Amino acid sequence: MEGLTLSDAEQKYYSDLFSYCDIESTKKVAANGRVLELFRAAQLPNDVVLQIMELCGATRLGYFGRSQFYIALKLVAVAQSGFPLRVESINTVKDLPLPRFVASKNEQESRHAASYSSDSENQGSYSGVIPPPPGRGQVKKGSISHDPVQPRASADQQEPASPVVSPQQSPPTSPHTWRKHNRHPSGGNSERPLAGAGPFWSPFGETQSGSSTGDAVWSGHSPPPPQENWVSFADTPPTSTLLTMHPASVQDQTTVRTVASATTANEIRRQSSSYDDPWKITDEQRQYYINQFKTIQPDLNGFIPGSAAKEFFTKSKLPILELSHIWELSDFDKDGALTLDEFCAAFHLVVARKNGYDLPEKLPESLMPKLIDLEDSADVGDQPGEVGYSGSPAEAPPSKSPSMPSLNQTWPELNQSSEDTAIVHPVPIRMTPSKIHMQEMELKRTSSDHTNPTSPLLVKTSDLSEENKINSSVKFASGNTVGQQQAGVVAQPPAVPPRPQPSQAPGPVVHRPVDADGLITHTSTSPQQIPEQPNFADFSQFEVFAASNVNEEQDDEAEKHPEVLSVEKASDPASSLRVAKTDSKIEEKTAASAPANVSKGTTPLAPPPKPVRRRLKSEDELRPEIDEHTQKTGVLAAVLASQPSIPRSVGKDKKAIQASIRRNKETNTVLARLNSELQQQLKDVLEERISLEVQLEQLRPFSHL
Amino acid sequence: MAVCVAVIAKENYPLYIRSVPTESELQFHYMVHTSLDVVDEKVSAMGKALVDQRELYLGLLYPTEDYKVYGYVTNSKVKFVMVVDSSNAALRDNEIRSMFRKLHNSYTDVMCNPFYTPGDRIQSRCACACRGGPAGRGSCSESK
Repeated sequence: MEGLTLSDAEQKYYSDLFSYCDIESTKKVAANGRVLELFRAAQLPNDVVLQIMELCGATRLGYFGRSQFYIALKLVAVAQSGFPLRVESINTVKDLPLPRFVASKNEQESRHAASYSSDSENQGSYSGVIPPPPGRGQVKKGSISHDPVQPRASADQQEPASPVVSPQQSPPTSPHTWRKHNRHPSGGNSERPLAGAGPFWSPFGETQSGSSTGDAVWSGHSPPPPQENWVSFADTPPTSTLLTMHPASVQDQTTVRTVASATTANEIRRQSSSYDDPWKITDEQRQYYINQFKTIQPDLNGFIPGSAAKEFFTKSKLPILELSHIWELSDFDKDGALTLDEFCAAFHLVVARKNGYDLPEKLPESLMPKLIDLEDSADVGDQPGEVGYSGSPAEAPPSKSPSMPSLNQTWPELNQSSEDTAIVHPVPIRMTPSKIHMQEMELKRTSSDHTNPTSPLLVKTSDLSEENKINSSVKFASGNTVGQQQAGVVAQPPAVPPRPQPSQAPGPVVHRPVDADGLITHTSTSPQQIPEQPNFADFSQFEVFAASNVNEEQDDEAEKHPEVLSVEKASDPASSLRVAKTDSKIEEKTAASAPANVSKGTTPLAPPPKPVRRRLKSEDELRPEIDEHTQKTGVLAAVLASQPSIPRSVGKDKKAIQASIRRNKETNTVLARLNSELQQQLKDVLEERISLEVQLEQLRPFSHL
Repeated sequence: MAVCVAVIAKENYPLYIRSVPTESELQFHYMVHTSLDVVDEKVSAMGKALVDQRELYLGLLYPTEDYKVYGYVTNSKVKFVMVVDSSNAALRDNEIRSMFRKLHNSYTDVMCNPFYTPGDRIQSRCACACRGGPAGRGSCSESK
């Protein structure tokens, strides 16, 4: 390689570029890095680029040393000027304009013009923020059309080359893309809003940190004197229209700003302001992902099953461990399938990973499903979510709620939905109660009074039929014996549903004293009666739980303070709670006290506004209906129905949703725990009953005597 | 507070073992290993009992002077073993259950991952960090 003589400006410019590309400060840049990006940005044909690389000796060396880099840049300038590429042309071509790179090259040029000294300082710190992911998408999109596998591979290679080569960009307007690059090198410098450049550049906007500063810079932009100098550097008049914000020039805001037009500047400003997230998916990228999604699953609202997704992403040749991590991040609802949003997020993460980005520990906000900007993101997000939930509850339940096998139909869906918008709730939950409801209705028809024991039925589907029968029989007995104390009767049967079955005769006898106890306890203050009932679980801990766990309920406390406890119990999926609630309901009915029915059993599932609605609805339902079970289901339905309205505002309040999701999960666990405890108690009581019956049998012969 | 959590596969080989105090890990591994016998004993004692949540939770397997060992078995015979410090103001049974429940949920999430083949060691980046924190608080909330 012959010696290279560079003009002063060229020298500066080239060292600028070299520093930009030399992110690791090793004084040599590998070919797969920004160098390729740079060269792609030069908008030269690929073979020319290869030729340049070969000529400068990089291919020989395997990397770009500073001299090779400079030579390459010079050759780029030569090529862009239309001269044939020759080694000797490096020095022979006089007055060669600076090589033009579609991206921020213009910025650099203008930078040169404006205040290079300050610029050079800025260039020192290249933070290496990377536009690539967005760029990558674009690159991919541009270069790869339909082949899912190849695009990835080629995109990977191309990635370093031209993050944002938008073919639509005319060289004059290139700054936008380059802007991004420059931003990176200068670390957190402000972006260079390129005014005149491609408006479509918007997707890239300013890379991450630069954007904010870029905005600030823009605001101060003024027609730059440097523009003239800048024009003199390059023969590209259009570039003069480019707004170049040198990252360094953040400090020099008044100097290096060339705004091609106010509109473009505004556009850029808008772009940059909206784009300071490295994980954001550009529109092109998204379109590409959607196309890929279609190749696997034509229905955009459908799912990609795990196995298909696994095959697809395995093609990216990432290690399985990383793919596994990506899956964990992107499968938001943990259902083993990918919705469109999840797929885009996963694809984006794969792309990022292939570009060298480290995978985040948590899913970035911009990749979260339903939070990604789609035209109708709210609808799209919701629909897949709903579809997913309603579609997958069957499969998911067994896995989702291992701790509640008996509630497979209800709780798993709740679990799933808790992770997603609340809209989902209504869909799955309804199913089970309706079945129970049917049974209850039958029982109710046969029984005389209220159907209180439905709550235990909800707890255990397997025992439902049994309990239904038991309850009905119990009801008969209790109804006959303790007619008026509905509350007590209501409370009692659930506590000992199995008892009547073994021996009907002793049942009522047994029940009666129990009923009496229950009645006594029931007649106590309505909300507090539950904890005092001996047959019920120890609610003290639930009260503690309530105290600690009532995030949402605290909001409701104003409304349901008397019912805090009952709310807690309501949150308890166990039957006793239901019963308690029904008791409270009954009492409300009888006492016509309004505030009681706070806990309709699904309180914990809903954010604060929901319980209010529920209560109102439940009260309404209470009044006309005697069938508590109906009320319960109605309440559930009301709650569920009320929930959809909430997600509408969710779009604006993601944090609140996530918080409510967490709360719901917590209450879920609480309920599950309570459930298990109550089950335990149930069994204990059952044994007790059996022993009592045995004793009774032993005593009876004596009594007959 | 849980000092050690272990996930044992059906064939009684460990899928995931993490201890909070890393110095005496071997001791915890040994305790978990010995607890497997107790688990098998309890499982066989249950016979063909109804499969419900109670069955999954085995309760206290055996206490030692310093630690208590709790067990939990899933329907697919994957066992979760948790060693808690006795000095910790007796953790209520419900809390242990909820910890197991969360553990189970995390495990199912791992299972859902198509890139995870059943039988592999569980390697989750978040598991270690998340487990240690919550375990310290007495409520294990593993989020993988």
